[in-house]
This record gives sequence, structure tokens and C-alpha cells, in this order.
Amino acid sequence: MALSVQTLIEKIEITNLTPDLDTSKTVIENGYVSDLLSDVMGSAQENQIWITIMRHLNTIAVASMTGIPVIIFAKDIIPEQSVINKAREEGIILLTSPLTVFELAGKIYSLLKV
Amino acid sequence: MAEYIKVNPMYQDRIEEVFQTNINPEIVLEFEIHENDFVNSGKGSAELKVTIKRLGVDPAIMRKVAVAAYEAEINITAHSRGGVMTSNIFPDYVHIVFQDRGPGIEDLSKAMTPGFSTATDLVREMGFGAGLGLPNIERNSDIMKLDSAKNESTKLDVIIFFH
Ligand SMILES: Nc1ncnc2c1ncn2[C@@H]1O[C@H](COP(=O)(O)OP(=O)(O)OP(=O)(O)O)[C@@H](O)[C@H]1O
Ligand SMILES: [Mg+2]
Repeated sequence: MALSVQTLIEKIEITNLTPDLDTSKTVIENGYVSDLLSDVMGSAQENQIWITIMRHLNTIAVASMTGIPVIIFAKDIIPEQSVINKAREEGIILLTSPLTVFELAGKIYSLLKV
Repeated sequence: MAEYIKVNPMYQDRIEEVFQTNINPEIVLEFEIHENDFVNSGKGSAELKVTIKRLGVDPAIMRKVAVAAYEAEINITAHSRGGVMTSNIFPDYVHIVFQDRGPGIEDLSKAMTPGFSTATDLVREMGFGAGLGLPNIERNSDIMKLDSAKNESTKLDVIIFFH
């Protein structure tokens, strides 16, 4: 099943860090979990949400190069403002949640796979 | 100098042509890459991505170029004393040359092995150091040529066709 980012925000404890980007048009069909950036570039796909705790500027570059439309940070992680600004510039939605990577992956998986 | 080369068999007959030095690209983009500068590293790849997007290159090909170029740029930032990235754009392919200032790679086949990494703690903190960058470059390029040796500079050629 495909899900809009907006639906995801409504169903899970999520704060949107880039509220000026349109979350209803961005649709995900799958997800990828990794904190190793080259692993993400080797394996993640365009239609996936990326779950990570890696908050550096490089994370945005990796999403941009790979075509990942949305990144969700676990454990309430919030990147620096400059990183958020870069994401907005690139049109990449940034979300954060108090849940752990495990819990987020489980919840998003069950929303997508039922 | 040792050499590692990989060629997509589909483009075997184009090798001589793409390594000729007397051909003129339509567009040349040059970027300086600095050691340990993870803030600016990637700008060359971003600019290249935008440029070929404007030329109407297929998004799937654009993604291959972006990933291969970014991995190579990060490698110069993470593992070398800095260098230069030159993107030569031709009508049906891009030839990117990454030339650094050493210290070189001692064992190319080891470096190409997934999981092999000599990344420092700083590089790992930045999220790199999985030992997957060179394998990613190989997978995303049609022709990849790596020339290096211990205490020498490293030169990487990445060629990706648009069709
Ligand atoms: N330009 C370079 N100069 C010197 N050594 C290099 C260079 N590029 C790669 N290497 C060596 O090859 C190894 C493997 O490179 P590769 O890109 O596959 O992995 P990595 O950079 O260590 O980690 P990752 O790319 O997954 O973040 C590096 O750890 C380093 O030892
Ligand atoms: Mg690398």
C-alpha cells in the first residue's frame, strides 16, 4: 500500500520539521533503516521513507542524491537549523518522533503492509 | 601505479573514444575538494546533477551519476589531502575525473571489497566508513577506472552513458 506523508503524520507521534513542504502529495511505498550513508546510497529507493538517527548535513545530501523524499529522525532527534534549511531548499521533508528506530520501523511497516 | 578497471560490456567499443584526450566536452565543471571538509563536499556532485537534469537526462541515469559522483567526492574529503573533480559532459555521456593529492591506495582489490574501510573516527561520525562507497561507484558507472599506489595520488575516472 502507498501512504502519503500527511497520513503518516496523523497516525504516528510525529513532528514535522519542514511544515512549509507539501506532505499530502509526497507518497511513500516502503522504508529503509540505516545510519551508514553509503549503505543508504547503495540500497534505498526513491519511494522510501528513511528512518535514521544521523542528523548531519551529509544526511540531506545523501537523500538528495538518492532521491529519498522524506527522512524521519527517531528519539526526538532534531538537526541544526542549517540542516533543516538545506532540506527545505532540496524539497526533502524532515520529520522527528520520540519513538525509537525499532518502534518507528514497526509502526510504519504495519501501516504500509496491511 | 596499479590500475583497477571495470567496463559495462555494452560500452566496450567506446573505451578508446572516451579516453582520448583530443575530444572537447560540451560542458566542463571543475570543483576543488578539501580534506575533511564535509560541509562543502558534495557541491560538485550537486552542481553536476542540476546540470544534467537541465539537459533532460533520464532521472534513473541522473541518480546513478549523482550517487557515483557524491561517493567519489566524499572519498577525496575523507581519505585524501584534497583534490579536484572535473566533470566533462558530452552529448551522450559524462566523464568525471577525480584527481587527488595522495596518500594513495596501497591495495586496490582490498579497497574495492565491500566492507573494507580505513575511515577515521571523524569520518565515521559523519556517517561514512561502511566500506561501500567504491562498490557503489562501480555499480552505478558504465566505465570505472581507478589508478593509485601507496604514497601516490589517486585518480578515478567515472563514465556514465545517458542512453
Ligand atoms: N581517494 C582515496 N585516497 C586514499 N584512499 C582511498 C581513497 N578512496 C578510497 N580509499 C580507500 O579505500 C577504502 C574503501 O573506500 P570506500 O569508499 O569503498 O569505503 P569508505 O569510504 O571507507 O566507506 P563508505 O564509502 O562506505 O562511507 C577507504 O576506506 C580507503 O582506505
Ligand atoms: Mg567511501
